[in-house]
Amino acid sequence: MPLHSKKHIHFTLNGEQTEVAFAPHKTLLEVLREDLNLTGTKHGCELGECGTCALLVDGRSILSCLMLGLDAEGREVKTIEGMANGAELHPLQQTFADLGAAQCGYCSPGFLLVAEELLKKSPNPTRGEIQEALSGNLCRCTGYIKIYEAVELAAARMRGEEAELPKESIFGLD
Amino acid sequence: MMRLPKFDYHVPQTIAEAVKIMGDAGPAGQFVAGGTDLYPNMKRRQQTPKIVISVMRLQELNQITGDGTSGLCIGASVTLTEICENPIINRDYPVVAKAVRTISTPILRNMGTIGGNLLLDTRCNYYDQNYEWRKGINFCLKKDGDVCWVAPGSSKCWAVQSSDLVPVMVAIGAKLRFVSTLGERVIDAAGLYNDDGIDYLRKRPDELLVDIQLPPTNGWRASYQKLRRRGAFDFPVLGVATWIATDSDAVTDARIVLGGIAPSPVEIKEAAKALIGNALTDEPIKAAAEAAYIKARPLDNTDFVYQWRKQMARQYTLRALRDLQS
Amino acid sequence: MDKNLNIIGKPFRKVDARAKCVGQTKFADDIVLPRMLFCKMLRSHLPHALIKSIDVSKALALPGVFAVVTGKDFPIPYGILPVSQDEHALCIDKVRFIGDPVAAVAAIDEDVAFDAMNLIEVEYEPLNTISTIEEAALIDEPRIHDYGDSGNVHKKVSLEFGNVEEGFAEADLVREDTFFYEGNTHLPMEQHAAVAHFDSDGKITLWSSTQTPHYVHRALAKVLGLPASHIRVIATPNGGGFGGKSDPFNHEVVVCKLAMMTGRPVKVTLTREEVFYCHRGRHPVLMKIKTGVKNDGAITAMHFESYLDGGAYGSYGVASTFYTGALQTVTYDVPRYKFQGLRVFTNKPPCGPKRGHGTPQPRYGLEVQLDKIAEQLQLDPVEIRRNHLVAPNTVTANYLRIGSMGLGTCIDKVAQGSRWSERFSWDQNNRKLPFGKGIGFACSSYICGAGLPIYWNNMPQSGVQLRLDRQGGVCVLCGSTDIGQGSDSILAYIVAEVLGIDPFDIRVVTADTDLTPVDLGSYSSRVTLMTGNAAIQAAERARELLVMAVAEKLGVPIENLSLAERRVFDVENPEVGVSFAEAIVLAESKFGTIGTVGSYTPPRSPGKFKGSGVGPSPAYSYSAAVAEVDVNPDTGVVVVERVWIAHDIGRSINPMLVMGQVEGSVYMGLGEILMEEMVYRDNRNVVHKFPSMLEYKSPTTMEMCDVKTYLIEDPDPNGPYGAKEVGQGPLLPIPPAVANAVYNAVGVRIDEVPITPEKVLRALKDKARGRDGRYGPDSVPPVAWPEPLRVLTPSEGGDGSEMPRVAVHS
Repeated sequence: MPLHSKKHIHFTLNGEQTEVAFAPHKTLLEVLREDLNLTGTKHGCELGECGTCALLVDGRSILSCLMLGLDAEGREVKTIEGMANGAELHPLQQTFADLGAAQCGYCSPGFLLVAEELLKKSPNPTRGEIQEALSGNLCRCTGYIKIYEAVELAAARMRGEEAELPKESIFGLD
Repeated sequence: MMRLPKFDYHVPQTIAEAVKIMGDAGPAGQFVAGGTDLYPNMKRRQQTPKIVISVMRLQELNQITGDGTSGLCIGASVTLTEICENPIINRDYPVVAKAVRTISTPILRNMGTIGGNLLLDTRCNYYDQNYEWRKGINFCLKKDGDVCWVAPGSSKCWAVQSSDLVPVMVAIGAKLRFVSTLGERVIDAAGLYNDDGIDYLRKRPDELLVDIQLPPTNGWRASYQKLRRRGAFDFPVLGVATWIATDSDAVTDARIVLGGIAPSPVEIKEAAKALIGNALTDEPIKAAAEAAYIKARPLDNTDFVYQWRKQMARQYTLRALRDLQS
Repeated sequence: MDKNLNIIGKPFRKVDARAKCVGQTKFADDIVLPRMLFCKMLRSHLPHALIKSIDVSKALALPGVFAVVTGKDFPIPYGILPVSQDEHALCIDKVRFIGDPVAAVAAIDEDVAFDAMNLIEVEYEPLNTISTIEEAALIDEPRIHDYGDSGNVHKKVSLEFGNVEEGFAEADLVREDTFFYEGNTHLPMEQHAAVAHFDSDGKITLWSSTQTPHYVHRALAKVLGLPASHIRVIATPNGGGFGGKSDPFNHEVVVCKLAMMTGRPVKVTLTREEVFYCHRGRHPVLMKIKTGVKNDGAITAMHFESYLDGGAYGSYGVASTFYTGALQTVTYDVPRYKFQGLRVFTNKPPCGPKRGHGTPQPRYGLEVQLDKIAEQLQLDPVEIRRNHLVAPNTVTANYLRIGSMGLGTCIDKVAQGSRWSERFSWDQNNRKLPFGKGIGFACSSYICGAGLPIYWNNMPQSGVQLRLDRQGGVCVLCGSTDIGQGSDSILAYIVAEVLGIDPFDIRVVTADTDLTPVDLGSYSSRVTLMTGNAAIQAAERARELLVMAVAEKLGVPIENLSLAERRVFDVENPEVGVSFAEAIVLAESKFGTIGTVGSYTPPRSPGKFKGSGVGPSPAYSYSAAVAEVDVNPDTGVVVVERVWIAHDIGRSINPMLVMGQVEGSVYMGLGEILMEEMVYRDNRNVVHKFPSMLEYKSPTTMEMCDVKTYLIEDPDPNGPYGAKEVGQGPLLPIPPAVANAVYNAVGVRIDEVPITPEKVLRALKDKARGRDGRYGPDSVPPVAWPEPLRVLTPSEGGDGSEMPRVAVHS
């Protein structure tokens, strides 16, 4: 068989049974963006050096630029497009939007999905744990601080707490 | 977008099937586990195998058996995250868990495997570059060229052993089991690595790393210290693994192994000598660190100024040995 | 202005924030058009060479290839500044750095385009390279460009305001110091990308990740030979910019041409390596500063020399050169000031504007030198600054008009917050912090938009158009480009404030040269101030139409009407009123379709001398920062543990977004001072040492420090609601504050950025051997400076014009 000819896979994409055919050398990133038109997954280097293209496979974050599309066969893939529950945003999406954790927003899909993975494992993470968990995602806009605050606030709300951000995070110190 | 070259992909379900495909493929074949080392290399056209064989769905390569009393066997396709999270490894082989936690990033550790890390391609600032960049320097000895730009007079490639686990495995005396169509063999970690950036493994390309066997933990302690610019992403540009066996207070045996400074891990015998027969006090530790400093000869092909990296061999050996004091 | 504000000052989310968090925002590379082709560009692998021949026949013959273009398809040069029209979309006869593009292909997919690119054969004749400031300043041949002040010197500037020698003679102490600030790059997470579509009417549309669609529009009109009215540029939301997407780029021109040739849409997405080659980042700058001070720290005169490594093209470089000399005078009183600046061409990717454009380098030098002066005079670093601030509402020696000036408050806040006086001492034998721990202080200022546009004209710098429809909808249109800073949201907040509606009621359409009035772009921290003022004007004009119509309907005097909570009502009888939508119906019935415009032109600058165009701004923001560091004396590793920063924002349109800009600026400043550098191998073809995300070290979460932020609100009369900039200024004090803290921690001066561990350790070892304990440059190249252009300062009775050149008596 020529190297070029397309291969066919079945997998679960954002909860839906999905079939797609593509050339075997394509990465999951390329398959999602180019063959399934899901452009929410971004890319910053395509070499595993920035975390921008992170998404969840069977609940674990992976770099879609370094995973072959063929390896998605039979797996559960979640992209940023599948993070909200219908029209209702995930608490992390809400806090990222509300607190300015997404500035240019280009790294946000990767951060959001890795943060979701973290909160599944650790519903009440310390600032240090958040830093460690997000250390594979680069952001050039925020200095990460608003991202930590968004994760903390979403975590608190997901634990059922009535939480708001401290005043100095929004208005600065007096 | 950086894209992979075209290739044919196989996902065998058994070891026998995997080594058979590899045997048939010959030099065009390449095993892949997590892909975090191979695929970037392929995108940069450092490697262009025509047949890529995944080892991720081989049952035997995906399990961890045993413990610190019996010795531990870790399948080569176990991911680095699974190692970080494994309670037995954390309890009985904390040095392994600690070293793994310093590898790259949490996302990459979800993909990368212990086997892949132990067979990591050697790295060099003149080699880990796109095709176009390498063309700009007229290529290098390791790929497509005939000069090692790190040491232009040298006939040898000086690309650097850059795995965090390699010095640890050498220091603690792990063994690695390989299978090919010709059969099976077990190699001491210390015997696997060759001091040549191109031919850096004493294994044939068709041999499949199946598992890593850690020795029982009676009577020894080990530690690892890593030098890198940032707290994530970065490969070690110096890694110091130390291992000591003690009898009451005195050190009876020791191994100090430096990674990230040469094509292979470098065992510093003089450092061990400084420790053996003494209690692990400041004097022998300083002597061992001095020996590591003298023997460490990093070259200018990684991050940081190499003279400084050499000086850090002393500091990081001190740190690693002091970790063993408590 | 001091009425109750409903929207301004409140932490609304950005109007585009949710779309970015659900994956809906379409960045340039997310655009897919039917029959779209993909472009790859072949770039030079040699740093300096003549192109002898290019053979594209094999590439053209590859199945799936639709077109191949080379330099001869682009005979017309372009460039961002009118004085530096030195770029071609593809090199014609010469390549000037590794990465300079020479040919491009359009093919059915990126794989085919890549293969075709590698089939293009180029024959080069290598030339000697110029790779450093010193080489370029002294070696004239080979010349990288056949224009510029001389040899490989692109631009030489020499200005003197007042007589500095007199000032030095009055001084109690005169210090001379040299510094070097290494170049670094923006590293936006999004790689540049563009899509071009040529339609059947002969019109072209370009979607591009650009900060300056208007300038791209102008460049395309010049290069493509199409009427400007047939070109439409749409800036897609930028996945980060930081100045790196402010030039018209080769790939933007190339995809337009390929689309015109093939009749199909063409997309290009750069690889990360190519983004490094686009660069336009921070210039490496060598500096020499001579400053005279009185014993109380008052500056009597300053002579600042800067030497910029410009890389291979002009870009914004002439402006960058002036900026290295412009803003030294706007923080502390400098009565006499001399500036000499030199920009050279080298065979490296071109430098340009990065966050703080040309001012972080001199600010670093100035603030570190002030620290040294303070020590020599045994003055507290906070006091020496606090006591000699420029007064508000004054004009500096180099004719910059200062409006509001909140630096004193900034200084007080961070000094107090960091418990400065309890923790700082010059006496190494009587330290207040343990050896290895240190705190450092620095201040800074930045422009809120450049006073002059890039090309000379008398038109506004920013325009806003408002459309109100009878269904109650409000649409605001503006040429500004959202690069993540929130400029779309600022428009919505301001219009909502004036019209008494909710920001999320408003549709914002920006950065589309067909639909939106010109705004010059997202650079020089100009957008909030300029588009904000234009938006206020447009909204107030709309408001006027609404209240006239409502007043008539309700029989209430116009001045009694107020707009709030989506209503227009009588302030004396709030229940008397109409809904906002009804108000529009009334206005549309009375006046016809409701549309208004607003525009903004900065006030004229008092300077009239040649070179006075760079530096003037409607307002200046101010920052003060304290950095706390831990320096390991055994390794030299510097960890920044905490930063206190106060920023004089004038007024926060949205404090949450202001906080985000402050924190992001601190982050980027930390990256620059600790690790980021664009470096090249002189001995290997001047190749970029490591054009990758892995080896170009940008801080991860693990390196980012805790930031304590104070927002100082001191409204500036020129700002919308008093607002000043925040996108760039807060970066500036970070590098010098860290450098000063390192000195405080371990007693060594690192007069070179970045401060890497090997430099610290080297300086510590030198010091232990009884030497200087300093790491940094010792000299500047010998340069024959022209006689400076002399300008009398305002206090000398000058009028801002240069003095006539007269023969000097010897």
